[in-house]
Amino acid sequence: MSALTHVGTEVSTDRSDLMAKSSGRALRDRLARFVMWGSFALACVPLVWILVSTLLKGGHMLLSLDWWTLSQNGITARRVGGGAAHAIQGTLLQALVTAAMSVPIGVFTAIYLVEYGRGRLAKVVSFMVDILTGVPSIVAALFIYALWVTTFGFQRVPFAVTLALTLLMIPTIVRSTEEMLKLVPNELREASYALGVPKWKTITSIVLPTAFSGIVTGILLGLARVMGETAPLIILGPYTKSMAHNLFDGLMGTLPTMINQDRTEALQPAIDRVWGAALTLILIVFLLNLLGRFVGRFSKVS
Amino acid sequence: MAKRIDVKDLDIYYGDFKAVEGVSMTVEPRSVTAFIGPSGCGKSTVLRTLNRMHEVIPGGRVDGKVMLDDQDLYAPSMDPVAVRRTVGMVFQRPNPFPTMSIKDNVAAGLRLNGIKDKKRLDETVEKSLRGANLWSEVKDRLDKPGAGLSGGQQQRLCIARAIAVNPQVLLMDEPCSALDPISTLAIEDLINELKSQYTIVIVTHNMQQAARVSDQTAFFNLKATGQPGRLVEVGSTQKIFSNPEQQATEDYISGRFG
Ligand SMILES: Nc1ncnc2c1ncn2[C@@H]1O[C@H](COP(=O)(O)OP(=O)(O)OP(=O)(O)O)[C@@H](O)[C@H]1O
Ligand SMILES: [Mg+2]
Repeated sequence: MSALTHVGTEVSTDRSDLMAKSSGRALRDRLARFVMWGSFALACVPLVWILVSTLLKGGHMLLSLDWWTLSQNGITARRVGGGAAHAIQGTLLQALVTAAMSVPIGVFTAIYLVEYGRGRLAKVVSFMVDILTGVPSIVAALFIYALWVTTFGFQRVPFAVTLALTLLMIPTIVRSTEEMLKLVPNELREASYALGVPKWKTITSIVLPTAFSGIVTGILLGLARVMGETAPLIILGPYTKSMAHNLFDGLMGTLPTMINQDRTEALQPAIDRVWGAALTLILIVFLLNLLGRFVGRFSKVS
Repeated sequence: MAKRIDVKDLDIYYGDFKAVEGVSMTVEPRSVTAFIGPSGCGKSTVLRTLNRMHEVIPGGRVDGKVMLDDQDLYAPSMDPVAVRRTVGMVFQRPNPFPTMSIKDNVAAGLRLNGIKDKKRLDETVEKSLRGANLWSEVKDRLDKPGAGLSGGQQQRLCIARAIAVNPQVLLMDEPCSALDPISTLAIEDLINELKSQYTIVIVTHNMQQAARVSDQTAFFNLKATGQPGRLVEVGSTQKIFSNPEQQATEDYISGRFG
């Protein structure tokens, strides 16, 4: 109150002082803007750098049809030619299987936590998800290795990779889905109950459709993240140059392992292929992100 | 088909907090009962026990009896979902389902309960929208989203949605508080029409509205802050507004407190 009256007297007695004050605020505003835009620009530097250099060094690889249709089968580091189709389809296939396993588990867990979870069990589950969120990908990979190879005695196969990726993807799906479900106003659930609609039906017919596009966005963004994970691939999914479709037998090439394979080569054809594979991976992740944002536009909750 | 509601010695809790104490009253079929009283005295809470919506809130429970004709709503064998099909509810803020068109909003109650017969759904949609005085305004855009209507239209849409499942009792919690005077009048007219078919209980902060639409008025109040709310007096609206038995009722109605 005293501050207010103080300002009041200044207004009536000393106009120049008032001007000084407001120009002080304007200055601080400018400074804050400058810092904000500065940090934004700084954060953009590495991003732009990566994009530009991969585009310049790998862009020409993506222009040939061979890149999208052929594998590296029988092509050595010193030879030009072949494509990344084996790695692209490996990455996409593993992502698909990962999604098929982690989406139901993640979404159902989120539904449990938001719609049903009360008391002890919900707290424990939520805590576990937090822990899982913090698990480094290499630890997830080693865990699956210990389980799949050491304990069960199986071979390292692409499916084991998807298991590790699933472990990494579940917590991101749980968290993003949870957020979207929480955004659905309680009034809608109550409106549905008040019509004599049972709870499960309210969830499947009112809550999930309302949150649908947000959930899909979260899944797509989570998938985009998981596609670039490399540790599980190196530990559980050795690279191969040829096309492979079988998740339970043999090896399967992927974009991250393709990059890893040739990254130490000094020969130009191999170097080109590394940049090309990197750009392809960025492109796929970028497209998934874009798709996610696009789907998010249709959100019924904000 | 409208039913009588009999409330006996109802105590209502949120967890350990006793929000309302010792409510007993009767609501006659085909009549409108208004709940009035200061904010926080438990009007919404009592209303929500009449269709077992109260227990949707974690920790929500009741002691006492609510009878619908001769059925005890809180009998162990009673299915709360079935109760809510019989006792419909309209909320303070219009809440149409955002993913659904106008038509689907009205049909939601039937469709989500497994009725697929298209002809029957269409008929019910038209009948309910006519019943809610909304048909002429929306008949050309039934497939447009329900959320695209004005606030007053949305509220009438919610009323249409509630009567589409053919309830016997209709509960309304301050249905006009978010509406302009014209929409409010439209809804009051609607209540007057619906009265011939349904038993209606309405919560309102608007004394004139209570006087205009209700046959019976119940005045709720807190004994003191922190104490549970209770029913002070219930009687014919005419009597409550002209010659109440309790001083507190008279004070509240004449605007001396609350
Ligand atoms: N979800 C809840 N959890 C805990 N306490 C609640 C909850 N809802 C209401 N209460 C308490 O119950 C009491 C009655 O609330 P209620 O909403 O029934 O009042 P009301 O008469 O409808 O008020 P208003 O006129 O403001 O809507 C209040 O003390 C309130 O704080
Ligand atoms: Mg209320």
